[in-house]
Amino acid sequence: MGLTLTKAADWLDNSKLDFSPSNQIILTDILKAVDGYSKNNPIGGKMKFSEPLVWDSTLKFEDFKKTERFPETSQEVAHVECHSFDMLQLVLDACRSKKTAEVRACLEGNSDPVSKILGNRYACNTEDDVEFYKQAEEDLQGEDITYEEFETKKVVLKMAMEFHNLDVRMLRSVQGLMSKDSRLSPRLVEAEFDCLKELSGSEDEQPLRDIEPVPCYVHVFSNGYRAPNFRQLQGDIAYFLVYLKDTDVICVTAGTKGWFVNKGYSKDTNDVDFERRSDLYGSLFALLRERSRHFRERTSRKSGDGETAADEAADGAEKPDQEGDADQQAAREEAEERKKDPTLRWVSLGTSEQQSQERRSARQPQSAAAAAQQSDESDSESGTDEEEDAVERRHESNADLPSEYWQIGKFVRYLKGGNQTSTIISLCALRDFQLNTEVCQLAIRDVGGLEVLLNLLETEENRCKIGSLKILKEISQNPQIRRAIADLGGLQTLVNILKEPSKDLKCLAAETIANVAKFRRARRIVRQHGGIRKLVSLLDCPALNGPTSPEIERDIEVARCGALALWSLSNSTKNKRAMKRAGVIPLLGKLLKSRHEDMLIPVVGTLQECASEPDYRVAIRTEGMVEDLVKNLKSDNAELQMHCASTIFKCAEEEETRDLVRSYDGLEPMVGLLNKTDNKELLSAATGAIWKCSMSSKNIRKFQELNVIEKLVRLLSDQPEEVLVNVVGALGEMAAEKENRHAIRKAGGIGPLVQLLTGTNQALLVNTTRAVGRCAQEKENMAIIDRMDGVRLLWSLLKNPNPEVQASAAYAICPCIDNVNDAGEMVRSYVGGLELIVHLLRSDNIKVLAAICAAVASIAKDEENLAVLTDHGVIPLLAGLTRTQDEELKRHLSEAIACCCAWGNNRIVFGKEGAVAPLVSYLRVKDPKVHRSTARALHELSRHPDNCITMHECGVVRHLLGLVGSDDEALQLAASGCIANIRRLAMANEKSRQSSKARGGGNGGANGKAVAAK
Amino acid sequence: MEASAKANISKIAEALHSQTNFTKKECEHLLHMYKDITGGADDAKLDRNKFKDILHNSFGMTDDLMMDQVFRAFDTDSDSNISQEEWLKGISTFLRGTLEEKTSFAFRAYDLNSDGVISRDEMFQLLKSTLIRQPVEEDPDEGVRDLVEIVFKKFDTQKKGTIDYAQFKSSVVDEPLLLQALGACLPDEKSADAFLCTFEEVHVPTTISYIRTGGGRQ
Repeated sequence: MGLTLTKAADWLDNSKLDFSPSNQIILTDILKAVDGYSKNNPIGGKMKFSEPLVWDSTLKFEDFKKTERFPETSQEVAHVECHSFDMLQLVLDACRSKKTAEVRACLEGNSDPVSKILGNRYACNTEDDVEFYKQAEEDLQGEDITYEEFETKKVVLKMAMEFHNLDVRMLRSVQGLMSKDSRLSPRLVEAEFDCLKELSGSEDEQPLRDIEPVPCYVHVFSNGYRAPNFRQLQGDIAYFLVYLKDTDVICVTAGTKGWFVNKGYSKDTNDVDFERRSDLYGSLFALLRERSRHFRERTSRKSGDGETAADEAADGAEKPDQEGDADQQAAREEAEERKKDPTLRWVSLGTSEQQSQERRSARQPQSAAAAAQQSDESDSESGTDEEEDAVERRHESNADLPSEYWQIGKFVRYLKGGNQTSTIISLCALRDFQLNTEVCQLAIRDVGGLEVLLNLLETEENRCKIGSLKILKEISQNPQIRRAIADLGGLQTLVNILKEPSKDLKCLAAETIANVAKFRRARRIVRQHGGIRKLVSLLDCPALNGPTSPEIERDIEVARCGALALWSLSNSTKNKRAMKRAGVIPLLGKLLKSRHEDMLIPVVGTLQECASEPDYRVAIRTEGMVEDLVKNLKSDNAELQMHCASTIFKCAEEEETRDLVRSYDGLEPMVGLLNKTDNKELLSAATGAIWKCSMSSKNIRKFQELNVIEKLVRLLSDQPEEVLVNVVGALGEMAAEKENRHAIRKAGGIGPLVQLLTGTNQALLVNTTRAVGRCAQEKENMAIIDRMDGVRLLWSLLKNPNPEVQASAAYAICPCIDNVNDAGEMVRSYVGGLELIVHLLRSDNIKVLAAICAAVASIAKDEENLAVLTDHGVIPLLAGLTRTQDEELKRHLSEAIACCCAWGNNRIVFGKEGAVAPLVSYLRVKDPKVHRSTARALHELSRHPDNCITMHECGVVRHLLGLVGSDDEALQLAASGCIANIRRLAMANEKSRQSSKARGGGNGGANGKAVAAK
Repeated sequence: MEASAKANISKIAEALHSQTNFTKKECEHLLHMYKDITGGADDAKLDRNKFKDILHNSFGMTDDLMMDQVFRAFDTDSDSNISQEEWLKGISTFLRGTLEEKTSFAFRAYDLNSDGVISRDEMFQLLKSTLIRQPVEEDPDEGVRDLVEIVFKKFDTQKKGTIDYAQFKSSVVDEPLLLQALGACLPDEKSADAFLCTFEEVHVPTTISYIRTGGGRQ
């Protein structure tokens, strides 16, 4: 109750309670709890308050006279003083209908009633439950208290508990109220606007004449706001002019807090006076009902109750959210908007400098839904995002415009004002400019050329369309032009052109789409307008490598351009799926057989992008594309080689693909690429492919023949991180084999690897720790690592914020400890090292936990270190982890438990912390490695009789008996040892109870088997 | 139609179809069409007005000046009539011409005085009506002169002051869009297809390629 009053209740300045709905809820709740309390709890009702509650009552003296007994009250002003709940009840009885007011007065007089009733120790500062229970415990455990005292304390505690529960209940209901009080979003605003737009018209039944956005703020920003950015900061979403039937036009603002009437829109200045001039309303509907009688009458006659229509509007607004298809909705709105008013969009584009800034700032308060949707799109995108934020560099004034501006402006004028002949001439003249320079690109946009060029695409004149596309294709290499084309709805037109019979048009449109679709929104638009299906159908090219004729060449060109466009589009996950549905895979497989490099590059590029999806990886393998990829790896074109290697890099995640690469002799050319040290992109792709391919042991053998390790080690110095990640990854995979670990040392690779541990690139660190860890399995390697203080570096990586690095470093530490001389001393020399390990057992990342458990197992082999770990409280932490479901963690955890049993009374503590029963359940999982470590742990734990009893109760014997029959000797030994311990306990028990002939245990057969196994 | 006329058509078609892009059957069909238009007499020739009717009705041409030029380009012997041979060859270029045939045809159409070169004056005549006259402009011809200069610069690669066929051709090969830079003297693809589909025997693409394939790739 105290917490609610201090935190949730709305207090006014003069320590009065505000008349807010949440306060109302609190008051009714308190009243409900207090009223009738003394009847239900006679003892509690009589108990004297530690301090009386004093307040100025709302009651008059006469009110009390009507009751039989009344508390001490002064004569004039009802100054009430209450000493118990019984008295409180009397006051409340006297109030009758004004109970809530009285409770309010009481609370205003006593801001922390609980402390007054129960004493100061229950003051409202008990924020967490633990403290509360601690107090309760202290109270009851006091030394010299009489029975009566004990009883009263119990009553007090009971009341304290009740207050506490009341507190929690009230907080919940207040929270429920607060969550309903939501803010307006652009979506809600637009939905209500659309709804009212539907209702508007000149007829008498229609509630309003018209509603429209204020002309100066028509443009909808990408975040759905219409208000300019400086007003968005004030919470404004949009401004609308509402033409009512009975009164004049009103100008309303939709803000995040609600709707209100502002000071109006002035045609002369073309601006809005933003100042608020009315109350806030939750919906425009409510506002208009208040403002216009006509509106009120029409709407209530129509729907009975205006609420329903408003609700409908709100529902309509929320639906797209629920469907999770917000982007389609947005696109539809966008399309509609364009239909309504294309010129205005253009106007808004013309002032793009200010606009782009607005758009950028507007992007920040984007709704969570939009953000989620974006992240959905962006998962596989790299490097293209910044294009969205491409900074506008434009000349401030017209004074220093280059001469191109005027010339281009002139040609664009001829483009507009003439027949097709002059259009063609102007197009040809525009083509003579340096269209690859930014000056010309932006000049075309700034003089309004883009609009004309896109308009030409919608004419019937093929030659004009071709000329226009030729220009668009060139200038769309500029990110700002791309965005402008998308803003003007050019992508829809381009997609439509793909349907034209003319192959020239198909080619040029596809190439232009390839250029424009370099950013996310464009890719989405192309998908939503069915562009992917059309582009995929372009790939269907009947004769690829046969005799050529001009006609076939044009078909090939169409396919090439289609592939180019798909390459750009395949940057988004949804597009990849759409492409797959459109049947792109067999077509790509066919084109991959082409001999033309300019065809192969976009095809392989598309495959490379798509290979991030598992479906495509399987398809690439099963459609036999691996062979062609390997073949093209031998090409002379570095770009093609790079894309092939990257595709193999991605596809070789799968074992079958790795084997295929080997069987097509793909490993040799891959290794050959390692010599091209000047092309970093190619090198990165090649080393990546080698890394993934070296996950198969047969490939490793092949690589050994090719001396890959030496070559890779040579690459460990001065290469960019992208290359290093892959090189180190490959070395890490190769180091799975003993010979290779020696080979790495002989090639001098250990030193550079250890040095890389000081880096910051997280992917690189993960790979490096892995490689170092594997290398440390050899004593000779470990000597070098130790000399370079590699273990300390690994240890310091445990502090890395990235859990993957932490886990990988912890795994790497294990072999280091196992293979270094005097490991115990080394570990102790790291100040705070053991504490860090124990601390990491509190991580919430399962992988980190498993790795740290493995490290604990290694460290605990040294008794002194184990003692330190125990002091740091490792045992309860380990015991707490035993309930995990993760098999990897189970394995390392039981290993750690087995190793930690060796010290002091750790065994008993494990038993007490309840670690034994879960361990027994580990024997039910399938993984034999888990069985092995669990059996070890159980064996160690079974050396204490209590644990034996627990194990036996959990039915361990049946599982252990099964394990005794295992092929693994260590497992056999541990299992049988554990059974022996249990049996021994049972025997001892039996012996002691022989006289009473009580039988314990009941596993006579077990003994024989255990002995036999030994 | 009497048998002798049919035999006659068949004979001419046989003789000429190898010089056109049509098959013999297609040539026969075109000759029948010629006969229908001219009225059936053996020696009747296609005159300017009837030809312009065809251009207008079948190929959607509207510009009177341009239709006259097309007539001139068809009428290779300048006798103000189009013979059967001229008809077949002209239509062949018109509908199925290669880029080179079309270039030559366009050059003939643009060379108003048939002197083998296109001068600035000729160009001005050709482009006179391409721009929409703005009432506010001081000099209505300024825009046209501007266009003439642009086109002249594009074609006159050797700075001769006039454009001969070689210059015209090399510019068109360079940028096929310039083929009809001085006015639409060839039918658009849709009406060409519509005309062809009434009699065509084999489907040959009617369009020339405006973009580079093969060698032009980067």
